[in-house]
Amino acid sequence: MTTALTINGKTHQVDLPDDVPLLWVLRDEVGLTGTKFGCGVAACGACTVHIDGEAVRSCQVTLSDVWGDVTTIEGLGTPDAMSTIQQAWVDHQVAQCGYCQSGQIMQAAALLAENPTPTDADIDEAMQGNLCRCGTYPRIRAAIHDAASKLKEA
Amino acid sequence: MASVGKIVRRTFLIGSAAIVGGVAFGAYYVTRPAANPLKPGKGETALSPFVLIDQQGVTLFAPRAEMGQGVMTTWAALIAEELDVELEDIRVLHGPAAAAYYNSAMIGEGLPNKGYDITNFQHNLGEALGVLGKTLSLQVTGGSTSMKDGFERMRMAGATARETLKQAAADRLGVDRAQLKTEGGAVVAPDGTRIPYTELAEAAGQIETPEATLRDPSDWRLLGQSLPRVDIPGKSTGTATFGIDVRPEGLKFASVRMNPKLGGPMNGFDASAAETMPGVEKIVDLGTGVAVIASNTWLAMQAVEAIEVDWGDAPYPPQTDALFEQIAKAFDEAPNSTMRDDGDVDVMPEGATEITAEYSVPYLAHATMEPMNATALYTGNKLDLWCGNQAPTLIQMRVANTANLDTEAVDIHTTYLGGGFGRRGELDFGEIATKVAMAMPGTPVQTTWTREEDMRHDYYRPGAMARMRGAVKDGKAVLIDGKVASQSCTHQAVERVTGFAGGGPDKVLVEGFFNQPYAVPNYRMSGHIADLAVPVGFWRSVGNSHNGFFHETFMDELAHAAGRDPLEFRLELAKTEHAPSAGCLEAVREMSGWTGKTPEGVGRGVAMTYSFGTPVAQVIEVVDEDGTIRISKAWIACDVGLALDPATVEAQMIGGMIYGLSAAAHGEITFADGEVEQFNFPDYDALRMQSTPITEVRVLETNKHLGGVGEPGTPPSMPALGNALFDLTGQRARSLPLNKQFNLLL
Repeated sequence: MTTALTINGKTHQVDLPDDVPLLWVLRDEVGLTGTKFGCGVAACGACTVHIDGEAVRSCQVTLSDVWGDVTTIEGLGTPDAMSTIQQAWVDHQVAQCGYCQSGQIMQAAALLAENPTPTDADIDEAMQGNLCRCGTYPRIRAAIHDAASKLKEA
Repeated sequence: MASVGKIVRRTFLIGSAAIVGGVAFGAYYVTRPAANPLKPGKGETALSPFVLIDQQGVTLFAPRAEMGQGVMTTWAALIAEELDVELEDIRVLHGPAAAAYYNSAMIGEGLPNKGYDITNFQHNLGEALGVLGKTLSLQVTGGSTSMKDGFERMRMAGATARETLKQAAADRLGVDRAQLKTEGGAVVAPDGTRIPYTELAEAAGQIETPEATLRDPSDWRLLGQSLPRVDIPGKSTGTATFGIDVRPEGLKFASVRMNPKLGGPMNGFDASAAETMPGVEKIVDLGTGVAVIASNTWLAMQAVEAIEVDWGDAPYPPQTDALFEQIAKAFDEAPNSTMRDDGDVDVMPEGATEITAEYSVPYLAHATMEPMNATALYTGNKLDLWCGNQAPTLIQMRVANTANLDTEAVDIHTTYLGGGFGRRGELDFGEIATKVAMAMPGTPVQTTWTREEDMRHDYYRPGAMARMRGAVKDGKAVLIDGKVASQSCTHQAVERVTGFAGGGPDKVLVEGFFNQPYAVPNYRMSGHIADLAVPVGFWRSVGNSHNGFFHETFMDELAHAAGRDPLEFRLELAKTEHAPSAGCLEAVREMSGWTGKTPEGVGRGVAMTYSFGTPVAQVIEVVDEDGTIRISKAWIACDVGLALDPATVEAQMIGGMIYGLSAAAHGEITFADGEVEQFNFPDYDALRMQSTPITEVRVLETNKHLGGVGEPGTPPSMPALGNALFDLTGQRARSLPLNKQFNLLL
């Protein structure tokens, strides 16, 4: 049985068991590897994607439970046409190893969509589920504030 | 044997070779060039290139692993500085596994000096000994050595390429080379005509490389500037390829389970339940573990979990307490090393007050964000291995052995590393992936470990203990007598790589302990090795990671006993011993507005560790918020001698500190029944956005030699936090992690 998924505006027919998490559908079936596997238990945020604009841990959403349109990091912007938030990540030279940053960016994008002017406390609250072993948090915080002000001007 | 001067000079010999439609520039080492790893054309394999120019453009090679430390960018900038190309106009690639990309600085670190006290002669000798790296084929990214290693050689590669291209242009134009300039990837003639390098490349490949001289640092355009990192756009758009992202045609996905009683045998298994699970294509018996190859990684993980395995016992005491009893027993044996023995610690100076303390720190996991994985394609006479790794030549040798192939039949494709911290210098993930792929010849197979498998099959930072005895008199430390005991990462690693037991004095075990820049007249520091079979390895800053805590917590205890301000106490002892270290203490004093006094509910601690050639001082501030303690602020000062990219140095200092604070606050690997008790991030967490202090960094450049930056931020963070908690609560932290003793906001 195939399941239809809309990912980054494109429809995909997926032939996998119902209980396969969205993360592994994206990575191993659809070939969108920007979404990362970190823990498999919703403890690190590396696999964060949007479903109907809401930030979710794709390792915890099974194929049959995907309730809306999926957006991944690849759908947010590309190297030649970055979204405002991705550009802020580049401007602030946030990434070190970079493995967690897809998830960080997707989480931050959802935060800004909901709260265009987050305070430091709002950022703490929204980003606490996203782990970074390189310790890029200070630059992530600066990039979020910067993206917020750029989005406000736009 | 060649004289030292001769060897040093030869270390920097740069040559060129013609390639199809262009030219490659690279280094000859010692007396003969190593084989060209890029195989640019038949019969054109003269050397290992760092620069490749053809009609398509300029490509620079950074044969060091990019694991977040910015090495690709800074390494490329060293070449680009002399070659006059812009980083945005060129390509930068990880070099393939090649003996010629050996790490000369890492061997130099093995000399029996403290580091900060070396003379220019010893410094040169260290560089000369660096050629030994070639014999061992150490293409390793680690030990915070990349810039020390590449600093001269890469600039010389760029300069030689520049002069050769100018000569090619001079020949074409019939002018003298001295009349030509270079700029933005082109040679500029006296009349302003620009000839792009791409047009000159083929001719440049046909001529002798002329002598080149390096530019004066005052003329640098790129080095010393904060450059946009070449890897960041890809890492911000999900398009950077990590090991786990490679997708060769026809790829299958696997997952693995090895004995959680580490190093123990596998007595047998029953895979009947797994065989019929969805997507499963093959069960693989690895001898000491099992793997499942499937159509999807998650399906492979489910199936491998379903295999019933009878695991044999671990070759070490099964409980944490018993391991530490063994470590403590090492104190009773003769020391493995006593690398500092100044004055006479057996005589207590008259009128001095004696202080003793015992410390312990736990085993730690690396916990890189990207779990261990590798992808292999085995065809019977050829092996391709894709993975993020810190040692491509070593992993090449290992997997060639696994597949019973010559190293020439093995191609290592190094991707970005989703964190390294020392873990990806090990070879196990490559070996396992090779064995799995050998079960399905002709099909590429990616073997990904679950987080649990990764956490429970690490080469851990060893648990360690210290027994410290010291004395203060008239407000000064007059005696320090320290002993550290732990397993030896070095001995174990040597045995893992070479098959022979490592031996001799282990400098790594006592780094950050014997070589601290304090003028204490009676000063003896010894290392004791505990013989245990728990797998241990190199964890960011290695021996410094425990010794920094031991040494700098004890300094604080001495200062307290002497009735002195802990920062002034250190500063006085550092001033006469090593000025750059004293400078770092002065810098954090000024940055933090250190007065030695804090308001009610606020505590501050200071620590300094000299490691990898770089002194780093940190002040950490903690605040009591209604009974929970927040790590609120941090100030870092380092002296790296020369900051090749200041923003990258800053990022590494903050990242190194956070890595250390994460371990200090809640990092602990424990054992029960021979198995690691931590499974995933909920059991082994790290600092997060809300628990990270607001941090300020100052980068100083007075140090005589280029120091490392990737690791030195880690060691002082742990004692600085412990000392801050003492200042706040009056309770001394003598063991880690600190969340066992204090109610930290994490």
